[in-house]
Amino acid sequence: MARYSWIALRCAIALASFFLVGCNKEGTSPAWEVPGATVPANFPAPVYAAAQNPPTREAYELGRTLFYDTRLSRTGAVSCGSCHQQSGAFANADHRLSQGVEGRLGARNAPALQNLRWKTSLLWDGGATHIETMPLAPITDPREMDETLDNVLQKLNADPAYQQRFAQVYGERPITSYQFLRTLAQFTAALTSANSRYDHYVRHEANGALSAAELRGLATARQKCAPCHGGELFTDESFRNNGLDATFPADSGRAHITGRPQDAGRFKVPSLRNVALTAPYMHDGRFHTLAQVLNHYASDMVDSPTLDAQFRRPNGRLGISLSEQEKSDLVAFLHTLTDSAFLADARLAE
Amino acid sequence: MKLRKISAIFFYLLFSSAALTSCKEDSDMQPKVGTLDVAIDHVVGTATLALNTGSYATPAGDQFTVSTFKYYLSNFTLKKADGTTHLVPESYYLVDEAVPASKTFTLSGIPAGDYTSLSFTIGVDSARNVAGAQTGALDPQKNMFWSWNTGYIFTKLEGTSPQAPNTALVFHIGGFKAPHNTIRTISPSLKGATIQVQGTQTPTLHLKADVLKMFTGPTTVRFTQLYNTMGGANSVVVADNQAAGMFVVDYVHAN
Repeated sequence: MARYSWIALRCAIALASFFLVGCNKEGTSPAWEVPGATVPANFPAPVYAAAQNPPTREAYELGRTLFYDTRLSRTGAVSCGSCHQQSGAFANADHRLSQGVEGRLGARNAPALQNLRWKTSLLWDGGATHIETMPLAPITDPREMDETLDNVLQKLNADPAYQQRFAQVYGERPITSYQFLRTLAQFTAALTSANSRYDHYVRHEANGALSAAELRGLATARQKCAPCHGGELFTDESFRNNGLDATFPADSGRAHITGRPQDAGRFKVPSLRNVALTAPYMHDGRFHTLAQVLNHYASDMVDSPTLDAQFRRPNGRLGISLSEQEKSDLVAFLHTLTDSAFLADARLAE
Repeated sequence: MKLRKISAIFFYLLFSSAALTSCKEDSDMQPKVGTLDVAIDHVVGTATLALNTGSYATPAGDQFTVSTFKYYLSNFTLKKADGTTHLVPESYYLVDEAVPASKTFTLSGIPAGDYTSLSFTIGVDSARNVAGAQTGALDPQKNMFWSWNTGYIFTKLEGTSPQAPNTALVFHIGGFKAPHNTIRTISPSLKGATIQVQGTQTPTLHLKADVLKMFTGPTTVRFTQLYNTMGGANSVVVADNQAAGMFVVDYVHAN
């Protein structure tokens, strides 16, 4: 009798601890779902729809492991996450230019990685046209990760943990470039920022109150920063010359891709989402503050043959007419585009 | 014993009904399909291409050797005399002189019939250039993909020439966007031959690819001036030369 009750007790403990563990897991992530799997109510239809690479937890988490794995670089020192940090909306805070293997400096400022599902092209010059093949650019660039696709696959295939996780997702071995690129895209496509205070305001949700200054700034942005920074993504995905330089000897931007002289000095219009966190600004990271950026548009613009027509005013002046009040309102509004939930989402972290 | 007999009858019935079903499918339900083999020879004018060891000259008198010669052929389309066409789905092939097996491949699932012409693309259609991760011939691991300016290298020829400023020849022909689109779809003459596709025999289309035709044709390429191109206007010049006669049908073997 004593023996049976001892067994019963042990069973009870085992059962209880099982449920406790279960409860604990449920408690940390109620209804765990892959981030960015659903389209935010105020967003347009994505370019890279979830159906093109249906998100699953296993593939997403494997993609996250790849994103933060320094073995994607030749020296084993640089991962995607090295230059794209969650705390800075997956841009590289305080770095004017991206820093690759052996301290090599890249040509441009690492852009924020957010809402990539909606991008019609990637990189400052739009040279990459698909979210799945885009990582091949930084992986193989000698100034960035300086690695070959062959070597990356060799390293992944030599790792039993990767072998097992890839086989779990794809049901076959070895790990192929297709599996590698599709898996990485599971993570990068998930980086959706759509829960800023502005989003709550525009969707009439709780915590969506904007101050008078922020509302004035929103009106100014819609009037004077559109169409370039228009729409709910705050970019029209176009390439424009915003009057930074008179000539473009070092970096011709879009012309580097198209070979057309009319594209010289044109760069992809970045989104304004999380812009308060993505300093320094511009393709070469030349501005450190939002105030400097606004001063550039208001009064410091430089003329060149390919300067965007938006910046040629009827009075012959260049740029956007902005009063000091409008500038300060704009800065107030831009801070409402900071998405704290995105920056703190544990599912996106290393 | 009895059980064995019953099961024998059962299996007999099962197989005969299966055979009947498949006969019916063949004759009524599904059109007959066949295959076409493609075999490609690489030549430089009248000489056979030999990587590294062969020494050649263009008609303009420039000397050169070849260390790499590979290219994509895609979207094979066969046409009958009555004008009906058949595009072979997923027909993407990377032909590489360094990989002999890549110089022959089989187009399958072709509806039976007599085909009087065919066409194919030198390169990869624009849609597939921007379709994300790919497998097979289009796998970026084949080193025929530009990562910083998305798109496939359609033809890659590398080698040396004493006329080139640093002796290196680098011809990476690619690009799918106007005005530097290098996709070329050609329809080399079958010289009166007919490709007879049937279920019972596999005809072979023998193609000849002449390296010299990259440097002659609409524009004569001189290695003093053009020795390095990776897309752009100069690649268009070479693509136009390629389209003008790089691929010819040698002969069609009936079976």
